[in-house]
Amino acid sequence: MVGTQPGTSEVFLVDLVEFSGPLDLLLSLIRDEQIDIYDIPIARIAEQFLARISTLKLDEAADYLEMAARLVRIKAQLLLPRREGEDVWDDPRAELVRRLLEYQQVREVVDVLERRAEDRRSRFARAYSQQADLVPVSGPLRISLPELLSAVDRVLRLAKKPHVHDVVPRALDVDGAMGIVRALLAIRAHAQWKDVLPRNAEPWEVLSVLLALLELAKRGELRLNQPRAFGAFDITRAPASEAA
Amino acid sequence: MPPLAKLREAALFASAAPVPVADLQAMAAQAEDDETTLESALAELRDHYDADGHAVELVEVAGGWQILTRPEYTEAIERAQLARRPQRLSAAALETLAIIAYRQPIERGEIEEIRGVGAGAVLKSLHERGLIDIVGRGEGLGRPLLYGTTAAFLEQFALRHLEELPRADELAIALRAARPAIEVSKENGDTPPRAD
Repeated sequence: MVGTQPGTSEVFLVDLVEFSGPLDLLLSLIRDEQIDIYDIPIARIAEQFLARISTLKLDEAADYLEMAARLVRIKAQLLLPRREGEDVWDDPRAELVRRLLEYQQVREVVDVLERRAEDRRSRFARAYSQQADLVPVSGPLRISLPELLSAVDRVLRLAKKPHVHDVVPRALDVDGAMGIVRALLAIRAHAQWKDVLPRNAEPWEVLSVLLALLELAKRGELRLNQPRAFGAFDITRAPASEAA
Repeated sequence: MPPLAKLREAALFASAAPVPVADLQAMAAQAEDDETTLESALAELRDHYDADGHAVELVEVAGGWQILTRPEYTEAIERAQLARRPQRLSAAALETLAIIAYRQPIERGEIEEIRGVGAGAVLKSLHERGLIDIVGRGEGLGRPLLYGTTAAFLEQFALRHLEELPRADELAIALRAARPAIEVSKENGDTPPRAD
């Protein structure tokens, strides 16, 4: 394996050890043992595979464990007895062989790429392209205070004026509302919340009436009764004021 | 040298990256240039560099042309710290690139399936180096990203175009794969026992 790049060293990359993956390790075992790839002695290879991943301290690498499990399963499948006269036999190793061949093909392309990359590495373009990518870092800003202030001024001049809404303060008219409620109670002993509220009342009017009712209740001029939460309340003229 | 060859030399000298053939052609559009004269102009320039003993040569790469120094001066240039060779790629990166180059557009899952290991970190690093790019999204679950190689890939691997890579049937292993179905030899200890 040719050198590894330090840029990716923070990630656990198996090829930093020696092999670029379980297939690579498997191919290397097959090469070492000079085994025919089409007729792999799975029992032996599985044993060696497990031995290697324990010595490589790679047992935490899930990819290797998955391959180990696959090898053990193929080994078990091979141990199953075959029925006499069964002419079609699916070799459990077939899928593994297909993957190994495919992977070996990739390795061949890697050899080609490596040769070409090496050829290109030995030549320089007129402008070293990686330097062109580096934008020169300019030093700290050097400007005077007046320059900075005039720059801020220019920015502020460009900025739109904030849109200011004119909010008209509308005081609550509690006294007026108290007058209305008193006038109504002068005619009727009982009233409803909606009776004292003007038609299409604005929020300030609703609040005025509410505060007026509470104020009058506090002064003992009327009694408020709300049968249930959020329900309409009844307004009753207080006996004291009746007497008055 | 003819004026059009000199014009191309100036363009190639001024550019840091390979100059696309189309750009070299467009430069002399007014001068009734066509492909044959561009070819002859470039041939003229290349012969000039080769015959007169220049330290640079004209190289066709990534669909364009580029002036590069000759390999015999690399050591000296690097020792003088005038330029530095790019770092070699890891085996994992090269394998991933090889798979993408042949199978593009390809999704991460397929790469992992072929290599038998996770590809996330390698793909990120290759993308950062500009050697691969996201070229679309697949149809599968979650519409996975599809990867492809870039012009920088061709440049870094001294390829004129992707077709310059060996065809699948040119690879030695492909010839062996033509072998018929797997045979089970009797000598092998792993041959399943036959039930009598």
